Amino acid sequence: MSDRVLGVVGVLLAGFYIWQATLIETSFITDPVGAKTFPIIVGIVLAIASVAIFFLPDSDPHWPAVSRLFEIGLSVAVMIAYTYALPEAGFVIATIFASAFLAWRLGATPLESIIAGFCISVGIYAIFHLILGLSLAKGPFGF
Amino acid sequence: MDTLFALADGFAVALTWQNLLLALIGCFLGTIIGALPGLGPSNGVAILIPLAFSLGLGATPALILLTSVYYGAMYGGRISSILLNIPGDEPAVMTTLDGYPMAKNGQAGEALALSGIASFVGSFVATIGLAFLAPQLVKLALLFGPAEYFALYVLAFATLGGIASANQGKAAFAAALGLGIAMVGVDGQTGVPRFSFGNVHLYDGINFLVAIVGLFALSEVFIFLEHRNEETDGNPDSKVKIGRMLPSWAMLKGCFGAISRSTVIGFLAGVLPGAGASLGSFMAYGLEKKISDKDKTFGKGDPRGVAAPEAGNNAAAGGALVPMLALGVPGSGTTAVLLAMLMALNITPGPLLFTKNPDVVWGLIAALIIANVMLLALNIPMVGIFVRILMIPTKYLMPAVAMISFVGIYGISGSTFDLMVMILFGVLGWVLRKLDVPLVPVIMGVLLGNAMEVNLRRAMTISNGDWSTLVASPLSISIWTLAVAGFVLPIIAGKYLRRAKPTVPEVAETEAD
Repeated sequence: MSDRVLGVVGVLLAGFYIWQATLIETSFITDPVGAKTFPIIVGIVLAIASVAIFFLPDSDPHWPAVSRLFEIGLSVAVMIAYTYALPEAGFVIATIFASAFLAWRLGATPLESIIAGFCISVGIYAIFHLILGLSLAKGPFGF
Repeated sequence: MDTLFALADGFAVALTWQNLLLALIGCFLGTIIGALPGLGPSNGVAILIPLAFSLGLGATPALILLTSVYYGAMYGGRISSILLNIPGDEPAVMTTLDGYPMAKNGQAGEALALSGIASFVGSFVATIGLAFLAPQLVKLALLFGPAEYFALYVLAFATLGGIASANQGKAAFAAALGLGIAMVGVDGQTGVPRFSFGNVHLYDGINFLVAIVGLFALSEVFIFLEHRNEETDGNPDSKVKIGRMLPSWAMLKGCFGAISRSTVIGFLAGVLPGAGASLGSFMAYGLEKKISDKDKTFGKGDPRGVAAPEAGNNAAAGGALVPMLALGVPGSGTTAVLLAMLMALNITPGPLLFTKNPDVVWGLIAALIIANVMLLALNIPMVGIFVRILMIPTKYLMPAVAMISFVGIYGISGSTFDLMVMILFGVLGWVLRKLDVPLVPVIMGVLLGNAMEVNLRRAMTISNGDWSTLVASPLSISIWTLAVAGFVLPIIAGKYLRRAKPTVPEVAETEAD
């Protein structure tokens, strides 16, 4: 079933891709092939592969339970929030929260995860910023 | 003789204190990365590229650091295979078959040392092979025109699909997806934006480093989030006794044949475009079992069953560098990642690399030989340290991996947009892995897409738009034939490989108990 869905999504994606490729504006300087042809070929390959997957599907993968899917979704949301928090809160503070959350969801107790978050954040800051001189996001307190 | 002189120059480049130190750090880090379950050569190197890049290392030092990590990871994968029965990375799967039973018999130390020696022989011979074979391939490659290069890229994708994946449709799907992603951004030849939907961030295209770190490293974090509590955290339940640290002379002598055969097979498997180290160790173990398993001792802790796959996968790692350096076509997932690093440093691999930047090529090859010796020296006496590092539970390791990925990508551009794209690729990588769509063709598509298109358009410009130019020379016809054969043959004849591969872990369990 999953592979059939993948096949349908692939065909739709290929259709969208080829449609977008035909909309590429051509400039006045151009070569015999032009900017459209190769993307269209790629789209056609994508479509053929998707059709093949649709008609010859593998057995279904083992999908996690809905609650676990929700957790993965939540982790993605935390990562997105993290990227926006980086320039506002600075690397150290944002990273403490993000890595503590991930450690917690990976099975650490709340206290363990806070300690882990602190160690990971300060550790990365010390190694990559203080020793190796990599520039990290600066927050209101300068770290 | 030229090769020897060039190699001597290479040693002159590599033997600076800075480069030696980098090689040592790389070997050490690489062994750790390879040993930790969930981190393998490709995602380990992927995380480190942006870091090496943003630290402002020069081309040769950066390349030395990262290839040392690559070789180190190949060594490290065996440690958790032998001690925990959990392969540290994919090529180390075959090592669990006899390595873990050996550890259970109280021969863990001998198994580790033996596999270390086998790894050394495999990669040492392969590196020498690389030094001699790559220049020959370069001579051939100088005959290649744009049409031949276009065919060569098709060959790489076709064979990658045939060998790396169980389902040709999915391999082709992955390749097309990667190529499609590579098309995003301003077209280099006519200057028109493509697939950028008016978004300024997309005009530069999608940075392949962002795609690689997302697909390889971040998706691994999601896999671990999904499987929390399902497996042990990498802690050995029962303390496996390490035992004596050096194999007996008789054991080494008994493994000599296995190591030499596996080295040759591994090297050849590595040189094939798209095959890589997993196939090398798989074939080496399979053949050794056919030749030597007269008393049915394989799978019960036969030393030859440890030596063969380790020699095979390390030889394949060296072999995979041949097409990557000489043609610019990577032979495996990790070499695709190394190719990404070269491109990030503005070095284009291929025949011209050997004439334009001989210091890079030969410095690298010399560094590989040095790294190899270092790894042997590190791995035999210091294996206890790596065993202790293995105890880091994944609940602390994976958050650190995720955060270092963010640091690396942020270090390149400092842009929130790139981080968002990385997260997107992380989710995409997770979904594709669930659906058994291979990730390596996606990466290769993203990396090679533009070069592939440029060569197609160059060939067509030369021929004034005549498509038959793609099959006009005997060389290109033979490459096309190989490509078609490489894609079609596995569908017909590859059922053996396909059936044998997934059953490997089950065999390991039933025979170990």
